[in-house]
Amino acid sequence: MIRLIAMRELRSLFSLPSSWFIFAVLQFIFAWFFLGRLDAFLELQPQFAQLANPPGVTITIAAPIFNTIALLLMMLIPMYTMRLIAEERRNQTLQLLLSAPLSDTHIALGKFFGLLLFLAILTVSVPVMLYSMSLGTSLDHGLMLSNMLGLLLLTASFVALGLYISALTSQPIIAAIGTLAVLVGLWLADIGATAADSPWHAISPLNRFQSFNAGLLDSSDTLFFVLFTGVFLLLTIRRLRNNRIYG
Amino acid sequence: MSDITPEITLSARNLTRFFGGQQIIHNVSLALRRGEVLGLLGHNGAGKSTTLQMLTGCLQPDGGTIEICSVDLLRHPTQAKQHLGYLPEIPPLYRELNTDDYLTFAARLRGIGKADIAAALTQAKQRCGLESVGKKIISTLSKGYQQRVGIAQAIIHNPAVIVLDEPTVGLDPAQIRDIRTLIRELGNHSSVILSTHLLTEVESLCDRVEIMQKGKLIYGDTTARLANYNGEPNQLEANFIRITEQETAANAASATSDPAATDADAPQGSTEK
Repeated sequence: MIRLIAMRELRSLFSLPSSWFIFAVLQFIFAWFFLGRLDAFLELQPQFAQLANPPGVTITIAAPIFNTIALLLMMLIPMYTMRLIAEERRNQTLQLLLSAPLSDTHIALGKFFGLLLFLAILTVSVPVMLYSMSLGTSLDHGLMLSNMLGLLLLTASFVALGLYISALTSQPIIAAIGTLAVLVGLWLADIGATAADSPWHAISPLNRFQSFNAGLLDSSDTLFFVLFTGVFLLLTIRRLRNNRIYG
Repeated sequence: MSDITPEITLSARNLTRFFGGQQIIHNVSLALRRGEVLGLLGHNGAGKSTTLQMLTGCLQPDGGTIEICSVDLLRHPTQAKQHLGYLPEIPPLYRELNTDDYLTFAARLRGIGKADIAAALTQAKQRCGLESVGKKIISTLSKGYQQRVGIAQAIIHNPAVIVLDEPTVGLDPAQIRDIRTLIRELGNHSSVILSTHLLTEVESLCDRVEIMQKGKLIYGDTTARLANYNGEPNQLEANFIRITEQETAANAASATSDPAATDADAPQGSTEK
């Protein structure tokens, strides 16, 4: 049932012309970043050659690209999560799911995995582009993997948050602005806090992503993402149940 | 009337529902047998849609029990809902999908296996006259066709109980006739409960009528007997108005004698969305 709802979500996303437009624009932006970083690296290469321990191609090209994509996703994900439940509620399609033999958990998880899969397809071109460099040089696979895992966890946490805010309202635009406000708020609080041990650093997903970005698989950061995602999924399930109680 | 009484497929006892401290539904009890078409009749805002939402598990009642094919809807919602098809007031359509994809999704949602999908799809489309629009995107269909797709999703899994909320609203006369024929046909195998404020619809479709006013069932009998209520034959409309007005007058009388009762009769615009 979770798979069925996820696949329906994916099918709906791919039948919207706007999805394909965003898809095309994003591929262009990703390629532009890649080209820019590659160009900068080639310019700096002679200077790197003089260093005793020069930074590798993965850390100079791949890591900054993943970091930029994490920021882009922060802006982009609210546009996708806003539809998840708010639009179903506005179009009254939620009643089809509520009157069907499935639980609120199925609905929440189906929507979560459906969008996560869509976003994975949207961004899969990035590692593909980066791995194309392995034709000419050798890449740091560990760093690539930790970045991809980090990006996946980051995306999952953003989607879970957006899903919950979408479940709170029947106006998709309010869900989008609400999610964006929370995500940008967490990000600004993080970069604005100067003290190294400020609690704002600890609760910012983008800050937690930094260790993955540097090639570090920190179990506390992984746990943070799992908990962040889990809590908002549970809140969504609760909200759907309350939907039946309070109407 | 056959000798064997068919089994009860839907039974609701003493349903109550509050919205924001106001009681919207008062002790509604309903029972429906297989092969019966029940019309829920009432003015706008009488609580028909709210009642149907509770019967389909979209809204939790504050009190009372609902059983669908002897399965408790509140305790075992997943099992109970397998026997249920529901068309809300606004058909729940994913407008960006085509008709076939949408109906396939609706069928899978109700637990129809992959192997039986094609047959269920063909049958539902044939019953609702949708053969020619299978590959069309739902948003490009006319209102009448969209309504039919809505009915098709409610019957695709051959449920024992079919709940239709104002199924013919906004359709042209020819479409209304087609849909009424279909509902009659569905009533041969399943139980159908439909809400409406059109008396002709009740007259041509329903075996039984329940009249609802201000969240209470104030009259329930066979359609034929409602038409002959008070000894005057074929006066369905006049009798409906007479019954609802009698109820209003009785409420007004009890309200003046008992000020505490006014609470329950306060305006309830929020019941119908």
